[in-house]
Amino acid sequence: MATTTLKQEQLRTDVEALVEKLGPGRSSLIPILTDVKRRFHEVDSESMQTIADVLDIHPVEVYSVASFYAFLHGAPEGQFVIRLCGTLSCDFAGKDAVADALKNELGVGFDESTDDGLFTLEWASCVGMCDQGPALLVNDQVHTRVTPETAREIVAACRAAAAAEEG
Amino acid sequence: MATTIETKGNALTYETIEAEAGLKAALAMSRADLVDFVRDSDLKGRGGAGFPTGMKWGFCAAEKADQKYIICNADEGEPGTFKDRVILTRFADLVFEGMTIGGRAIGASLGIIYLRAEYTYLRPHLNEVIQARRGAGLLGHNILGVEGFDFDILVAMGAGAYVCGEETALIESLEGFRGEPRNRPPFPVVAGLLNNPTVVNNVETLASVAAIFAKGTDWFKTFGTDKSTGYKLFSISGDCEKPGVYEFPWGITLASLLEEVGGTGAKAVQIGGASGVCVPARDFTRALAFEDIPTGGSVMVIGADRDILDVAENFLDFFVEESCGQCTPCRLGNVQMLEAVKLLKKGECPPEFLAAVKDLGGTMQVASKCGLGQTSPSAFLSILEGFDDEIANRAPSA
Ligand SMILES: Cc1cc2nc3c(=O)[nH]c(=O)nc-3n(C[C@H](O)[C@H](O)[C@H](O)COP(=O)(O)O)c2cc1C
Ligand code: SF4
Ligand code: FES
Repeated sequence: MATTTLKQEQLRTDVEALVEKLGPGRSSLIPILTDVKRRFHEVDSESMQTIADVLDIHPVEVYSVASFYAFLHGAPEGQFVIRLCGTLSCDFAGKDAVADALKNELGVGFDESTDDGLFTLEWASCVGMCDQGPALLVNDQVHTRVTPETAREIVAACRAAAAAEEG
Repeated sequence: MATTIETKGNALTYETIEAEAGLKAALAMSRADLVDFVRDSDLKGRGGAGFPTGMKWGFCAAEKADQKYIICNADEGEPGTFKDRVILTRFADLVFEGMTIGGRAIGASLGIIYLRAEYTYLRPHLNEVIQARRGAGLLGHNILGVEGFDFDILVAMGAGAYVCGEETALIESLEGFRGEPRNRPPFPVVAGLLNNPTVVNNVETLASVAAIFAKGTDWFKTFGTDKSTGYKLFSISGDCEKPGVYEFPWGITLASLLEEVGGTGAKAVQIGGASGVCVPARDFTRALAFEDIPTGGSVMVIGADRDILDVAENFLDFFVEESCGQCTPCRLGNVQMLEAVKLLKKGECPPEFLAAVKDLGGTMQVASKCGLGQTSPSAFLSILEGFDDEIANRAPSA
């Protein structure tokens, strides 16, 4: 499969460059996984193999680490990962209504992704914005005092950004 | 970072600390005196466990090793805690100053700040501050002209795991492994990152260090109580009119705190996050202090209309998700407690089952490998104890 090979080659170059920057040690694994995840929205078994090769560890080690961390698990994710805080203060502030609005707007449940590959919806543990809940993260960006209405606006803004990138 | 600036509260002492005054004072002292100075302040760790900072530094300083590290714990995962985010946004220099003093005291040439993935948006800011400090001769070689004093700071990122706030799990994570807590001993001060002696301190602890060196230990001891010296930042959220980050001296009663934040009608407050305790209104005369209710500073106000079992359920959902699963009591115990709460909500929890789960909770508190399993039963058990009436009344037989 030519496309996969191309991707693997690209990935190997990228991972090697990262290792160059971060150092050859095992401690580069999490930053590498974070980077791969950010760019490809998944860490598939071939990527794990590549990372393992470059770091000279067993692919099972890569899998074991990736599966441990909420932000690194290998499964495919949308371009925008929406993580809604489910913890107490955000619950008090109305996170359930925001959750319903997101589910309706996206047409998927939690831990699911939209068919167009744009969105994944997840619960997060407290994201440190408890004084301004309900809070959610869209990738690295935090949004606070989210209402069902602003939740829909956030989704719309992501769609617009994706469309702008396409066109 | 508009969202962060929105965090309200009262005036913070950190606003009044002169830049680099602490570092300059520290560099005028002998290295051995640095540890004694911190010891003399009676500063206790602000991350939750309250270990005396001077003692921790003293252990690490006494180790002979070519390489040592000081790590700033910016994992801030305890539910209801956000004061470290505010400190890192507004007073990052103080934190780095504290790290630099720590590096000098213990003999480390590298500091690492471990920042939770949820705070990735703070990373560029922290890197800018570090870069500026390098440019100003506050990091790098021969800092502030002190011959042979080399120290630098790196930012490392977490990846979404509450347990990585536990210091040995944090170190595992930094080394590129699953964030599973280690057995102790050895303690990190003896064998931490890459087996080298390592001090792990909370963000706020390090900022306090800088303030103490700037203003003196006597000044610090004018705040607080005999056993809990100084002031503390509290992250206050939930059912109150003015949530935010507040500074209070140790020893403040819950009643006065609630007065300040507009939460006087509360039926309970959860102190210390999910791993803390739930205090019913009849105990609001109690104080926040190491000798009464110790805490890393999370205060979640629970309003009169809330179902106390929803609170227990929310925290147990959290622990079921966040347990690393290494040890059996923690892996299974949180699930069992959650099951009990769900049954209690329906008024269908058999007394024998409840008794067995309470026992299991007690076992977890003593037999778990790390603080997560040792503390996750606290909220559940304190709610059962403090809200007996509310819970029992739900039983179908009642
Ligand atoms: C499950 C768990 C999570 C923790 N999370 C944090 C955290 O996010 N930040 C923190 O400073 N300490 C956290 N701690 C405490 C650390 O293990 C350690 O005691 C602390 O960083 C020491 O710093 P201090 O002495 O300056 O408070 C956690 C402990 C446990 C058991
Ligand atoms: S107590 Fe829980 S979180 Fe801690 S090591 Fe055991 S299973 Fe992991
Ligand atoms: S409870 Fe939602 S951000 Fe802390």
